[in-house]
Amino acid sequence: MTITSPSSAASQADVDGPFLQVEDLTVTFPTQDGPVQAVKGLSYSVELGKTLGIVGESGSGKSVSSMAVMGLHDAKSSEITGSIRVGGTEVIGLGESRMRKLRGNAMAMIFQDALAALHPFYRVGDQLAEAYAMHHPKASKRDARRKAIEMLDRVGIPQPDRRVDDFPHQFSGGMRQRAMIAMGLINDPSLLIADEPTTALDVTVQAQILDLLQDLQREFNSAVIIITHDLGVIAEMADDVLVMYAGRCVEYGTTKEILTRPEMPYSWGLLSSIPDVTASTDARLIPIPGNPPSLLKPPSGCPFHPRCAHRDKVPGDLCVTELPALTPASNRAGHLKRCHLPNPQEIYQLEVLPEIAPDLAEEIR
Amino acid sequence: MFAYVVKRLLSGVVVLFLISMSVFLLFWYGPSEPAQTICDNDTSNRCTPARLEVFRENLGFNNAWYEEYGKFMKGVVAGREIQFGSTTKFDCPAPCLGYSYRTKAPVFEEMKDRMPATFSVALGGAFLYLSLGIPIGVAAARRRGTVADKALVSSFLVISSIPYYLFALLTWLFLTISWEIPLFSDTGYFPITDNPAKWFSGMLLAWLALGAFGCTSYTRYSRGSMVEVLNEDYIRTAKAKGLAANTVVYKHGLRAALVPVITIFGIDFGTLLAGTIFTETIFDIDGIGLWSLQAVAQRDLPVVSATALFGAAVLIISNIVVDVIYSILDPRVRLS
Repeated sequence: MTITSPSSAASQADVDGPFLQVEDLTVTFPTQDGPVQAVKGLSYSVELGKTLGIVGESGSGKSVSSMAVMGLHDAKSSEITGSIRVGGTEVIGLGESRMRKLRGNAMAMIFQDALAALHPFYRVGDQLAEAYAMHHPKASKRDARRKAIEMLDRVGIPQPDRRVDDFPHQFSGGMRQRAMIAMGLINDPSLLIADEPTTALDVTVQAQILDLLQDLQREFNSAVIIITHDLGVIAEMADDVLVMYAGRCVEYGTTKEILTRPEMPYSWGLLSSIPDVTASTDARLIPIPGNPPSLLKPPSGCPFHPRCAHRDKVPGDLCVTELPALTPASNRAGHLKRCHLPNPQEIYQLEVLPEIAPDLAEEIR
Repeated sequence: MFAYVVKRLLSGVVVLFLISMSVFLLFWYGPSEPAQTICDNDTSNRCTPARLEVFRENLGFNNAWYEEYGKFMKGVVAGREIQFGSTTKFDCPAPCLGYSYRTKAPVFEEMKDRMPATFSVALGGAFLYLSLGIPIGVAAARRRGTVADKALVSSFLVISSIPYYLFALLTWLFLTISWEIPLFSDTGYFPITDNPAKWFSGMLLAWLALGAFGCTSYTRYSRGSMVEVLNEDYIRTAKAKGLAANTVVYKHGLRAALVPVITIFGIDFGTLLAGTIFTETIFDIDGIGLWSLQAVAQRDLPVVSATALFGAAVLIISNIVVDVIYSILDPRVRLS
């Protein structure tokens, strides 16, 4: 199994290394117009107790890569290569019955839009109890129900012993998302993937849900992946950040590093497009021009080049002809970027920062 | 829910009233002369204008339509006396749907006699619709896009594009006449209380023809509905919980996929109960369908309006039943 692991026992691997280790993950969907590579050569890892944020636009491969970790892609209509190790177990190619034992148990996923993700015909409590009973075959119906009530209580549903018998449509949006989280955590998973957990909620509820997730993470000490397109959520929650574009990792590092010293123009674009209530009115909100590229016919070279404002600073037409490698950034270890720009730090300080946060740029100078 | 059902039944009565009136009016002003048929029958084709006039007078064709319709409605509620020729008078107790012009028997009694045959056909056919159509449709949905799925869908499309009467007729011609398969040799309705085995073998071919043809549509409905449901977010959630594939498909998928199928089934089952004209005619089953066909051909107004009313009543009831089933399947549906 784990040849590289220094410890002799294979089961020891999950204690030592990161709980989730994804290496060179590629997900391809054959379509009538040809294969679509939704995720290409993606690598990352998450340790227990840590949170990884995956950011990117719609269609950048954030959800597809996480669904691959959960083994939720239909084997007949997708092709997955690379390596995904969950607690030391290689998940790619794992038989369906063994995969099922992991799913919802060692790893769980919370989906966006809980109204659609909860079954409209079954009571909330029954849906939670079902998840518990599935992985606790010896538990009685009453045990499962008690556990469901306990979890609803834990995520802050008022009167859980009464609300347990409600249907999802009788819950408010925030309560549904709480119930979804309760369902994800009912089997005490070591890995929790939250796919845009706050997207469908209003802002005050968003903050509550994020707080709840953080509390629960501390309590359960699980590894968390939070998928979002909101850098505010990242700043609040994540220890590490993975920026995805067109199915690839374009920048990867600690949250502080990525948010303060980004070195890839796409990350700059993401930062420029966040509204900030405390910023001066001079600060501009700059959208990234254009649309995410078609994955059926991705652009040559760097996939971001058609939308990149800093292309002319790269000598020749390197951006168009050659895909930049994922290389260490200029100053810090562990910060990786995929860009040809020779002096990204300088450009960010002198050109990008003054546009998006003039006061911050003053301070640094 | 009880209040809802009562409300729906009351509105159903209004609908039945309107239907009875329109059927009555259509025949009243239609280009046919029912009195002529009866007169011909009763006088062995020696119907003189004078005799015809007597029949017209006795049957009430010389009165205004609302007068006669009033008599008809009074008969339904309280019963009445009916006079055909110059002499004979019939007593028709409530619910009086009239006397058949052709057989001179009370329509309601005749209808009661024919109901078991039609119900036998309908129940067997409907059972096959669902018991074949839904499992095949679900299996196809789970294998969507594969060769097996495509072959099934296109071959079923071919079957359902054949006109049903041709399909049923060919079934009968081949299985009963050409190949003389003993099991299908004696089609027709035999009362189940007399001989259940004979009832079963008499009905079998009719059921198979009806079921084999009808299940193709139900396969398509349930396949389409299931494919849609399997793409829903809550199915992905069910998988993410680690549930077995069969639990995901049947417990989480099928219940949601059945909702639109039940809607169509309610209408189809009602139509079957109202009488299957082709099935009953081809397989020689003396049910409501065959009876209504004969009545139309012979301008037997009381029978025609009775079968129309019966069909409407059955459809109204099956729609109410569907709505109740709906609210059981989907808790978001509140009956009020």
